[in-house]
Amino acid sequence: MSTPGTAGPTAGDAGALPAWGLRLAPYLYPILTLIGFVIAWEMFTRVTKISRLLLPAPSDIAVTLATSLPLLVHMSAITATEFLLGFGLSVVVGIPLGALLVYARPVELAVYPLLVASQTVPKAAIAPIFVVWLGAGLTSKILIAFTIAFFPIVIDTAVGLRAAPAEVVNVVRSMGANAFQVFWFVRLPNALPNIFGGLKVASTLAVVGAIVGEFVSAEKGLGYLVLVANGELNTTLVFASVVTLSILGVVFYFLLELLERFVIRWHVSVRRPETGTM
Amino acid sequence: MTAAFVSVEGIEKTYRAPGRALRALDPTTFALASAEFVSIVGPSGCGKSTLLMLIAGLIPATAGEIVIHGERVRRPYTDVGVVFQQDALLAWRSVLDNVLLQIDVRRLDRRRYAPAARALLARVGLAGFERYYPAELSGGMRQRVALCRALVHDPPLLLMDEPFGALDALTRDQMVLDLQRLWLEERKTVLFITHSIWEAIFLADRVVVMSPRPGRIAAVLDIDLPRPRRLGMRESPELGRYAAEVREHFRAFGLLSET
Repeated sequence: MSTPGTAGPTAGDAGALPAWGLRLAPYLYPILTLIGFVIAWEMFTRVTKISRLLLPAPSDIAVTLATSLPLLVHMSAITATEFLLGFGLSVVVGIPLGALLVYARPVELAVYPLLVASQTVPKAAIAPIFVVWLGAGLTSKILIAFTIAFFPIVIDTAVGLRAAPAEVVNVVRSMGANAFQVFWFVRLPNALPNIFGGLKVASTLAVVGAIVGEFVSAEKGLGYLVLVANGELNTTLVFASVVTLSILGVVFYFLLELLERFVIRWHVSVRRPETGTM
Repeated sequence: MTAAFVSVEGIEKTYRAPGRALRALDPTTFALASAEFVSIVGPSGCGKSTLLMLIAGLIPATAGEIVIHGERVRRPYTDVGVVFQQDALLAWRSVLDNVLLQIDVRRLDRRRYAPAARALLARVGLAGFERYYPAELSGGMRQRVALCRALVHDPPLLLMDEPFGALDALTRDQMVLDLQRLWLEERKTVLFITHSIWEAIFLADRVVVMSPRPGRIAAVLDIDLPRPRRLGMRESPELGRYAAEVREHFRAFGLLSET
């Protein structure tokens, strides 16, 4: 895996790096890799003189990004609205549903198997039905993004809430805690690392969902722009749209990580490894 | 003779799952006097943890009844401090906030109890660690925090289920000494569960020896040793005689064999 931290420098390298270098390393390495990849791409297009209809050079894409910036920003705002609302709906439905699975046995029995089974349905295939029902506007995009994104939040919330150690629950019960207090003082905070895991997966899925929705039917948005540019054989604009979309997705993911770092500072996944002692 | 503070009358427990039943505890009767320190020693799986859970009202009994301070236990008994083998601290709360969890859950006034919490932490050598998080502490320190949490609301009864079982031998010795000191100062009624024979004897006024599953009381030993007890007494002939007696019961159960 190329997650920052785990792919950090080996002990030998660590000794050679100054403290600030060690802190930046998790960001520096992927950025250097990316730059290398872009340079290789640029060289490839120049050496092979490949048609820009097939594969535009990074420099061409950069120029398009600059010249089409107002259009891209406008389309980004639309797509971002779709996936943010779709993601928001996933959170608002997913976390309570996950809690319900843990706390209401009948709900678990009645709903959980169906929920799992429903995930085998290719959701892109039912996207057109949403458009038929709700029109080609914002609502259908939100619901498609929601349908694709909410499942991991439900599962991770349920897993996290169940994971509270029995001894902790018993200690709190002997303090006279009622079921809600056990939830509030123990189960919910204990589930937060799992919930954030689900949120991060859902954040990328919500972006996919918004684009699927725009592919099915739309008059605006980055997905729509990809379709139109592709139809006009403007491959450079297709790439520029995809790059914009990636940036949106990465920024969204990163914001979630910042929130996670703030909310669950205490958790091992967030704590910075001690330098020098390890 | 004072009236029993905790009275356990014919309590028994069978865990039932579809298609099978596990008898954890045969009918058991005993009592703790007020301010008495009673150790329960027995092999793993002998139902001693079950007994503690029953007394705490955390699980329902199959038969029998438990009365604490004149009140029949039917739901979690709350005028108590509980310490388990795993420290059961909340990773997201600081040391001080973990101790004050007891106060938060009971909806008591945090400001009133914060000084008591700090004082308790200081008494077990954790002054200056109030703002640390459990993950930053050693196992012994975490268990001390759990002990403070069990005492901060000043309950008359302390239930401890192998509280030092997960600690290394040296830390364990220190914890045993600290617990004795706290008990001598506070004189709470303590039920202390352990599988360490010397630990049970060293701390207790009485030692209850339990048989392997299904658990029942095999013997009760009155420990007549002067307090405060010192670690050197572990090698003393007096303590050794009690230990030999407990060991003899374990040998009779077939738990020990030297051939």
